[in-house]
This record gives sequence, C-alpha cells and structure tokens, in this order.
Amino acid sequence: MSERPAVLGAEAVTLAYGHTAVVHDVSLSIGEGGIGLIGESGSGKTTLARALLGLLRPRSGTITYGSRDLTSLDRKERARFRSDVQPVFQDGSEALDPRMTVEASIGEALTTHHRMTKADRRAKVAELLTDVGLDPALTARKPHQMSGGQRQRVAIARALAVEPRLLVLDEPTSALDVTVQARILDLLERLAAEHGLGYLLITHNLGVVDRLCRTSHVLFAGRVVESGPTTDLLTRPAHPYTLALRDAVPRLGGEPPRPAGRTEATPAESGCPFRLRCPFAVDVCGKEAPQIRDVQGRMVACHRAEDVLAEGEVPHAPRK
Amino acid sequence: MTISGPAGAPTLQPQLRRTALRGLAGMDRLATVGAVLLAVIVLAALLAPLIAPYPDDGGSATHPLEALLPPSGAHWFGTDQVGRDVLSRVLYGARTSLLIAVAVLVIAGVVGVVLGVVAGYAGGWVRDVIMRVTDVFLAFPALLLSLALAVVLQPSVTTVIVAISVTWWPWYARLTASVAASVSTRGFVDSARCLGVPAPVIVFRHVLPNSLTPVLVQLSLDGGGVILTAAALSYLGLGAHEPTSEWGLMVQQGQSLFTTDWWVVTCPGVAILITAFAFNVLGEGLRARLAR
Repeated sequence: MSERPAVLGAEAVTLAYGHTAVVHDVSLSIGEGGIGLIGESGSGKTTLARALLGLLRPRSGTITYGSRDLTSLDRKERARFRSDVQPVFQDGSEALDPRMTVEASIGEALTTHHRMTKADRRAKVAELLTDVGLDPALTARKPHQMSGGQRQRVAIARALAVEPRLLVLDEPTSALDVTVQARILDLLERLAAEHGLGYLLITHNLGVVDRLCRTSHVLFAGRVVESGPTTDLLTRPAHPYTLALRDAVPRLGGEPPRPAGRTEATPAESGCPFRLRCPFAVDVCGKEAPQIRDVQGRMVACHRAEDVLAEGEVPHAPRK
Repeated sequence: MTISGPAGAPTLQPQLRRTALRGLAGMDRLATVGAVLLAVIVLAALLAPLIAPYPDDGGSATHPLEALLPPSGAHWFGTDQVGRDVLSRVLYGARTSLLIAVAVLVIAGVVGVVLGVVAGYAGGWVRDVIMRVTDVFLAFPALLLSLALAVVLQPSVTTVIVAISVTWWPWYARLTASVAASVSTRGFVDSARCLGVPAPVIVFRHVLPNSLTPVLVQLSLDGGGVILTAAALSYLGLGAHEPTSEWGLMVQQGQSLFTTDWWVVTCPGVAILITAFAFNVLGEGLRARLAR
C-alpha cells in the first residue's frame, strides 16, 4: 500500500476547561504505525485524546481528519470518522456499560453503522472475541463477571468491531497487573500489524512507547516539549524533562532512579514552564518561554537543549 | 491463545438467579416486613370485591338501621354513620389510595426521570433551562400548590393525582439530573459517543438505566408520602368524595364521632399509618441494600 496521508491530526490546538487552558498550542499527526504521547499525570494527555476523538472542542486550533476540520464534517463524513477512529480507554470496566453483556456491548458497535441479522451479529461477535484472544463463550458475561484483562480485551474487540483505521489508546494498560499489561501490549501490537492500524499511544511508561512507537511526543504542562524518533528521545534526550522521565525508570541492577528536580513544583507561569523543576535552569529560562526548534533531528523547546544532550548521553539499553 | 473465565459460562445463569434470590433474602428484617405488608395491602386492594364482607358497602349502599354499630363478629371494624361496614370500606379504600400512589409515582417518576436524564446528559443551557423550571416548582410549598390546584380543578381522585404529580416530579428531575450528569462522564458513555451512537439512544440506552437506582429507592420511599398527601387533600374535601371509599375522606367524616364511636375514624387512620410505614421501611431497606 502506498503512503497514506495522516488520518488524524492536531494543528496548534489549545484546549481549556472553563477559563483554565490545559493544553497549549499542540500539533501532531497520526497516520500509519504508532505515535507515542508521553507525560506525567496532569500533563493534558487525556484531554488531548478527548479532543482527537471529537469529544471536546478545541478553544483554538483545529483537529483535522484527513484534510478536513473535524468541526466542519457533514453527517456522512462524521459517521465515517466515527468508524475510522476508535478509543481504548484506561480501564475496561469504565469503557463497558456495566449493565450490558459482552454480546450487547460489541453488538452495539456492530449495528451502529450497519444493519445486521441476529445470526450474523452473533457470528461476528464470536469472531471478534477470538481475534482478541477471548473464549467466545464469554458473550453472556457482564463486565463485573470478568477480570480486568478480559474486560480490556472486550473493549478492544468493541473498538475493532467498526473496522477502524486508527486507535487512540489512552493508557490502555495502566489499570492492569504487570503480567497482563505485557499480554495486552502483545495483542495491540499484533492487531495493529494485522489490521494495518495507526495508533496514538498515550502513556507515562517509557518502556511501552519504546516498544510500540517509532515517533514520540513528550508533553509537559500541556505543551509539547520534545518530539522525535523514540529511540533518540530515550538514548539522547534533549529536554531536561525527557531526561528526568528516562532516569526515573527504575532498572534491575541499575542505580536507583534520580529524583527529577522538585517534582512537586507547579509549572511556572512565566518563562519556561519546567524551570522550577529543572536542574539546567538559568536566568534566561525565567525571562522568555523557549520556542520549539530543531536540534539534531528532533524538535525541542528548551534554551539549553545542546547542554542537556551532552549531559544525557549515557548508555541506554532499549527494552525488548 | 484463548482465555476462559474461572467458571464456565453455562453454569452462570442458575448462579445469577440464586444471587437475585439471596438479594431479596439479604434485605434487613424491617424491610422484609415492609415488603410483606405492602404485598398484603396490594392483595387486599385487588381482591376487595371478593374478600370484603359487604361488597356493596364500598359504594353508595346505606343501612340506616345499622348505623354506628361497634365492632362485632358481623362487623369486625363496626359500621359508619349510614350503617356501612367499615372493614369493607377500608378494603375498598386501599384500592383508591394505592391507585393514587401508583399513578402519582408513575407520572411524576416518568416526567422527572426523563427531564432529569436529558438535563444531566446534555448539560449547558439545556440543563439550565430544565433546572430553573424545576426550581420554580420547588419554590412553592408542595401541599399549598397541590391545594391550589385541587381547588381550581373539580374535587375528584383524578384531581388528587394531577395535583400531587405536579408538585412531586421536580424532586425526581433534580435527583436524576445529578446522577445522570455523573454517569455521563463515565467511559462507556464516551465510548458510545465515539462509536457515533445518536445522543437520544445514548441517553435512553446507557445513561438512563445506569441512573435509575437512586430514583427507584426514592420512589418507594415516597409512596407513603403520596398516600398521606392524598389523604390530607381528601380530608380537606378537595379529593375523593362520597360515596367513594377513601381513607382520608373516611377520617374526615368520622372525626366528629371520635369520642363516641372511635372505630369510624380509627380504622381508616390505622390503614393510612400502616401503608405509609410499609412504603417507608421498604424504601429504607432498598436504600441500605444498594448503598452496600
């Protein structure tokens, strides 16, 4: 298949709840393959995901679907968008209606855009369950009668039911046990490859992005502070926040993680938002906000990116 | 790779049924008493023509020669001013009272829940408009508004139902709106929106069923209140009128006789008390059970 244009994108998007802006001027695009979005809690990851899913209108900027503005789609295009882009949320028990059986939940997805006979529907539900590695005998279960991993698989099957081209994965494994996490990631990786899906993977777990995403964006206080090839970000971070995130991952046999500055400090109002937590901060960081610029093949918003690069160059074993 | 649950699916159905039964049995003892009492009252109302010793006395029959007889083997609850059997009238009165209670709870419940769930899901100006209208109704003292309505309309059972429903629905609207607003923020609602499920379908398929529990509890708690209000309206001469058997009306007609012929007023009074009590403990029991 030839290179397709980006399915979904954000262009200079600012998002706000009431008068409080939580995402500032973010641009990114998702086409084929995986894009990572990394950040700590409160960084605006989930808000951005909601905007990309059309659940929240941007205060300014546009969410683009193909070459169109998401807010200007007509009925038919909107229906296409709704089957092209599907979410997988953090917690399967939240994403499934607690009163609906597995069959009803997946069936709802199947019949929203197409008419279907009962027998066809039943067969398709069984097929989808098998596809996500579940026993089709689970169709009569309700969410509370299944494990967390099973629920997340059902949620994934429901998302796949409309044959999407792109998934927005919002912390898809963070509510699960570590062993289950790995299996859900295996599943997502396999499904993405088999169905040719693009996806945006939102997480605070660098190991996960390292494995699943070629390109990643790092979000701090609602701003993209660094973006580029995932391996580059992890081996040679150019933003002190990326560096701090990387060094906060504990490793077996490694040194204990270094604290990333004063993690409790709130983002600064003026200048660089990260400066209160930043070990590299100098006078200029308090005076002017750093613009995003190209530094050795990635985009960084930091006055001292070159110094950080020099500092951060330590051996990093990509986790496989 | 295939994963099946700890218990196979086929055993699930009987297991579910057993939990449902245990749910009923697990209710506290007082609530069970309430449920049983209410079942007895409903049965009595339904079977009134069969079990009333003098079925004609439920209506306009008069027996002037048997007026105001004290309780005896022939008339367990005695007779009233025109010689009608009080037991028969209390049994027939259960029909009127329960009819009013059920009608009010259904009308007020449906109106309140539908408006509430729409307000809760839609938010924004839709919610503001619905809630302000609700506030206007809530601003009037309920009994006063019912009274005013009952005076304007002709006194009858229908009037009582309308008058109470008008003052009752805002409570359910308000309760449902707050529950529905929180249900609407949950993942499965977002997930349905992302599938492109139309908003009305989301409201009635996902939001409504998941918002209903507290309203059902409130409805059963309120059954007693409706019966008391209906009795009060009839007592004030604004509700049911002769020869309909209605507890409030019977109390009103019998009150002047209290010192001499106590049974005429006491029997319907106790019936009101027991029914209101049954609704209350049942609702309270449901609330406690669902809160667990």
